[in-house]
Amino acid sequence: MNVVKTLDDLMCVRNAAVAFSESNHPAESVEIKISMATCGIAAGAREVNNYLAALTKREQIPVNIVQTGCMGYCYAEPTIEVTLPGGEPVVFGFVNNAKVDNIVTHYIRKGVMPEDAVWIKDKVQTGTDSSPRQLHIALRNCGHIDPENIDDYIKADGYLALGKTVTQMTPDQVIKIIMDSGLRGRGGGGFPTGLKWQITRKVEASRKYVVCNADEGDPGAFMDRSILEGDPHTVIEAMVINGYCTGADRGLVYIRAEYPLAIERLKVAMRQAREYGFLGERIFGTDFSFDIEIRYGAGAFVCGEETALIHSMEGKRGEATVKPPFPSESGYNGFPTNVNNVETYANIPAIILKGAEWFGRIGTGKSKGTKVFALAGKINKVGLVEVPMGTTLREVIFQIGGGIKDGKKFKAVQTGGPSGGCLTEKHLDLPIDYDNLLAAGSMMGSGGMIVMDEDDCMVAMAQFYLDFSVEESCGKCTPCRIGNKRLHEILQKITSGVGEESDLERLRNLAIVIKDTALCGLGQTSPNPVLSTMNNFYDEYIAHVRNQACPAHQCRKLTQYFIDPEKCTGCTLCSRSCSVDAIKGERKTPHVIDPILCVRCGTCFDKCKFNAVYVH
Amino acid sequence: MKTIKLIINRKELEVPAGTTILEAARSIGVRIPTLCHMKLEDLHYENNPGACRICVVEVEGRRNLAPACKTECTDGLVVKTYTPRVMNARRIIMELILSNHPFECLTCSKNGHCELQTVAHDLGIREVRYSGEQSVFPIDRSPSIVRNVNKCIMCRRCETMCNSIQTVGALTAVNRGFQAVVSTAFEKDMKGSICSYCGQCVSICPVNALSGRSNQQEVLDALDNPDKIVIAQTAPAVRVALGRDFGFEPGTLVTGKMVSALRNLGFDYVFDTDFAADLTIMEEGTELLQRLTGYLHGEKKEKIPLMTSCCPGWVNFVEKHYPELTGNLSTAKSPQQMFGSIIKSYFADKLGVEREKIVVVSIMPCLAKKYEAGRQEFSVNGNPDVDISIYTRELARLIRYANINFEELPDGEFDQPFGESTGAAVIFGTTGGVIEAACRTAYELYTKKPLEHIEIEALRGMEGIRSGVIDFDGLPVRIGIAHGLGNARKLIEEVKNGTSPYHAIEIMACPGGCIGGGGQPFHRGNMEVLRRRASSLYQVDKGKNIRKSHENPAIIRLYKEYLGEPCGPLSHQLLHTHYFDRKNTVGILNETNKEE
Amino acid sequence: METLYLSHSNITKLHAICEEYNNDPGELINVLHAAQGALGYLPAEVQEVIASKLKIPVSKVYGVVTFYSFFTMTPNGKYPVSVCLGTACYVRGAEKILEELERQLEIKVGETTQDGLFSLDCLRCVGACGLAPVISIGGKVYGRVTPEKVKKILSEYYFQEK
Repeated sequence: MNVVKTLDDLMCVRNAAVAFSESNHPAESVEIKISMATCGIAAGAREVNNYLAALTKREQIPVNIVQTGCMGYCYAEPTIEVTLPGGEPVVFGFVNNAKVDNIVTHYIRKGVMPEDAVWIKDKVQTGTDSSPRQLHIALRNCGHIDPENIDDYIKADGYLALGKTVTQMTPDQVIKIIMDSGLRGRGGGGFPTGLKWQITRKVEASRKYVVCNADEGDPGAFMDRSILEGDPHTVIEAMVINGYCTGADRGLVYIRAEYPLAIERLKVAMRQAREYGFLGERIFGTDFSFDIEIRYGAGAFVCGEETALIHSMEGKRGEATVKPPFPSESGYNGFPTNVNNVETYANIPAIILKGAEWFGRIGTGKSKGTKVFALAGKINKVGLVEVPMGTTLREVIFQIGGGIKDGKKFKAVQTGGPSGGCLTEKHLDLPIDYDNLLAAGSMMGSGGMIVMDEDDCMVAMAQFYLDFSVEESCGKCTPCRIGNKRLHEILQKITSGVGEESDLERLRNLAIVIKDTALCGLGQTSPNPVLSTMNNFYDEYIAHVRNQACPAHQCRKLTQYFIDPEKCTGCTLCSRSCSVDAIKGERKTPHVIDPILCVRCGTCFDKCKFNAVYVH
Repeated sequence: MKTIKLIINRKELEVPAGTTILEAARSIGVRIPTLCHMKLEDLHYENNPGACRICVVEVEGRRNLAPACKTECTDGLVVKTYTPRVMNARRIIMELILSNHPFECLTCSKNGHCELQTVAHDLGIREVRYSGEQSVFPIDRSPSIVRNVNKCIMCRRCETMCNSIQTVGALTAVNRGFQAVVSTAFEKDMKGSICSYCGQCVSICPVNALSGRSNQQEVLDALDNPDKIVIAQTAPAVRVALGRDFGFEPGTLVTGKMVSALRNLGFDYVFDTDFAADLTIMEEGTELLQRLTGYLHGEKKEKIPLMTSCCPGWVNFVEKHYPELTGNLSTAKSPQQMFGSIIKSYFADKLGVEREKIVVVSIMPCLAKKYEAGRQEFSVNGNPDVDISIYTRELARLIRYANINFEELPDGEFDQPFGESTGAAVIFGTTGGVIEAACRTAYELYTKKPLEHIEIEALRGMEGIRSGVIDFDGLPVRIGIAHGLGNARKLIEEVKNGTSPYHAIEIMACPGGCIGGGGQPFHRGNMEVLRRRASSLYQVDKGKNIRKSHENPAIIRLYKEYLGEPCGPLSHQLLHTHYFDRKNTVGILNETNKEE
Repeated sequence: METLYLSHSNITKLHAICEEYNNDPGELINVLHAAQGALGYLPAEVQEVIASKLKIPVSKVYGVVTFYSFFTMTPNGKYPVSVCLGTACYVRGAEKILEELERQLEIKVGETTQDGLFSLDCLRCVGACGLAPVISIGGKVYGRVTPEKVKKILSEYYFQEK
């Protein structure tokens, strides 16, 4: 393989790649893509892949099986996408070996949809119309290309933006495009990306660094992992462009050690990029050189904060420091350092190729482009979605997400992770963008979106997030170290049924002070789950402290399970499934729950077929 | 220089660019409370993590409150330092700190000197509305330092001191979140760690998380025991600092009152460690000349530069960090130990009593002296040369305990024969003093000529590393001086690499020397306190008739009557010592180790 | 002075790891990752060796080890069980899974079973929210876990041991 030295070289590589795949996979072959991200593999995608490969080989069906990254339909893993020659792609979910048999026998052989197939009919828009559907920019290649094959990426216009940038444009021109596009940081804060690049560019220093923040720590957010697993080259390409613009010749990817697959695919991609000359000396034959190293996180949420991240990369405790100085002025080892997150980078090549104007047309006034959300919780279609800014919560949750699981009632949606807040029914028609979410008492954060239903207690939810913030606080500043602990303790008191009304005032006052005085962005936002639930679900707090009751029946100390003797048939299912033997009763006679032994796990409630178990 | 115009509490002011809100406010007399922040500009010590958040102020146009210690002034800034929002925040932060702090102020040895107490008082905290789990850590009692981590407020001053200034690296922030605290490696006891017991962490701890080990009771017991002869020795730096704990201005010389107080306490003899300092100069000065002469004659075994060994924190540092260089340390014991040695031999003989009958109590500015006094090599048949070492603050506590009205005491005089000392001895208390004193003597011993300029200005000052060349009548003797172990490390690295240009090096572990010792009354971040202590010592020197150790008549008599000559056989036995390799290492596991 | 001991081969391994990272203190976290990978955990003596090789105080190493939840100073079980307590798993009942595991294994979070087979830990989000609640055992991720499934999953491992 010769190193790519010009744009023409790149075109040659691309044409050769197209020709190669055409010669290997004749027009009559069936294209099958298997979603092989962490969640797909955990659900059994590897077994499906092996079975499918063996089956089609045995039956001599001409196929082109591609292992891709996440397709976004996490709820239905393992998923495969089948494209018959000349046909439209069809996505099948919950695939196992038996389903593979049916898909091959009925769909691939005869073009008939098998009866038991779970056929996912969502279709992602690729145009610019603002229909309430998905629009994939950052995820444009995820689920489509083989992340371990650089040629696949090049076929999808990969490294074209880099080629154009370094051979035809000045750094200022590129920065101007990014600025004009209105792209803002997708990691949480929403700082204008172009401005950040410009600041780093303007600082004079003997060395500069470009960092990719892949320390995705928000519980319930997994878009960065999906991008790195599904399209690692786009991140590499964007980092090189960033290096060119800011004057850095070194890049560092700070990635969670909990993401072994993403790390592996990134390493493969880096190796390939070096072989092709997209990393290393004299990129595209110019004087510009750039290379990337990987640094691993070690399980500290706070390292998503950029100053903490930099200390961690320096081999220190990941404690945040007061800004200014900003990393753009003084970062890694004291050198100017431009930190962007994975999703932000994933937008860059597309913006450069399609232009600032194209990007600027998508989204709302101050929030341009799209945002990837990890939809999770009590929602039917858990998955990864990318929608234009300005899409409403209702569209995301009820149209794309398929509504609430088990026909339950929507109660709240939590955005922004531990830094965000809970939004309610009244916010459902709010167009999602940075400023609207902030005004509603939440924040964009990295894009986790956890949906809650009527069974979720909002006080317990706030406690859950505080538990997280307490555990993950770096411990440097007083408000976060001790304040969050005390917030958590007050919440614990309330959910245990010993809270008093005066606790609510103490809770709010403390939350406000922490927000006002904590050192870093994480500490300042950690009380948000408390404040937003207090603002939107105050009646639930009141119920806990005034009546010692949990309206959602979630707080165990405020909950008791009973068996209605009228309804109980004595089938013994509950007593057999009770793990603490708290349910007593003879066969065919009504059973009774011993409230002392009962741990309120709710298994009997779920198990009973006669609705005889009720909760108070 | 560019200046910035801003408004603080409706008052306009102009400050140089780079000034923080805290500094700007202080410049116009606005006091903003701080806990973690501490700056000692002469010593290049600055702890400013912006962590405690007690100094928050309201800045117009800013979303949240700003930490005054970390926020630089910008043009047009409008700052308010005591709005209801600010005060509510400060009070809650203080209540949070107190909610994880033991409520034992009345029984705490820091009572009255605690910065947390002061700030809480100023904020008018009358109740703590937040409570919950408190940190529980075991208390670590080393021979010199007591660590009660439960009182730690995570200001990180000690961490900065131990790492950035002293480069010892014994203390560090460990754990995360609510459990985060400053502690040692593996949260083990300091004993056996790489801690050098310099005690600088204690001297800047705002609370009582770090304190000196108290031996007060042992002193009281000895004084109460009719069978014991209890003898006090007081180090040079104590007399310019002790007064601070009784309301005297920083640097006030209270030698006379101190002597009276000790006598009132019941000490049988009150002697001056300064005498032993003169003795140290005789031995160390002679040793320097011997080594230097040997070295100049090409004797390879002579270790040059000679490094002073009066400072026990420094000696510990060498033994634990650079054991390969213990050969460069002067074998002369420290003044404290020489004193104990002489008392329990020469003086015991004079009194006609067994050494066991005598209790030597040293009053030192230092915590490491406690450890030094307990070293095995400084005892005879299990009886230590110095029985008890207490530090300046401990003496102040004893004086109060014994209902002595220190302020009103008449000036007393040291007892003889060990009350006699020279100006050379008293300047031991400040950085550069030991080597200046040594040069005064070595010069005259070597050149046999009187020294013209007794005050060797080249060796004075507060710079962390200083050097000077003293002309020994044609022989240029190159002197290096460092105070603070971080500076010392720089000099000793040169020695290790063989690039050290010096013939002799004076090192004091504490920044400023003994005047800034870990046992001294707290300076609370006020650099002026240290400067005045130093200048007081130089004043004492100036006022002395005899300013060279070898001219001290008591010293001359001691050699004549008892010791013979400096570095002679008896001197070697009584006044010199040896050092150990105390570096922590990981051994290789083999079968024999397994069996152990 | 208290002396700690390590076997010669482990010291050699640790030295090689440090050298691979040029004995650069800035690479401390990478070194610790590699050391934990090689030895399973990071006891005091390992930290001492790394500290002296990288020429930093061992207290610094300890400060870093105790800051990051990934690093452990006690050996894990042969099959480390981690329960994801990320939000998505939490709202889908991860706590019940955790309780069931504690019951089945008869240990609490952070402990290792007497036979050394299993250790139990919590982690925050493996990013497999679509399969919530998830647990991972020795790197293998199990999705859509229910309390009833816990016994079955564990029995796979007990079976392997027989």
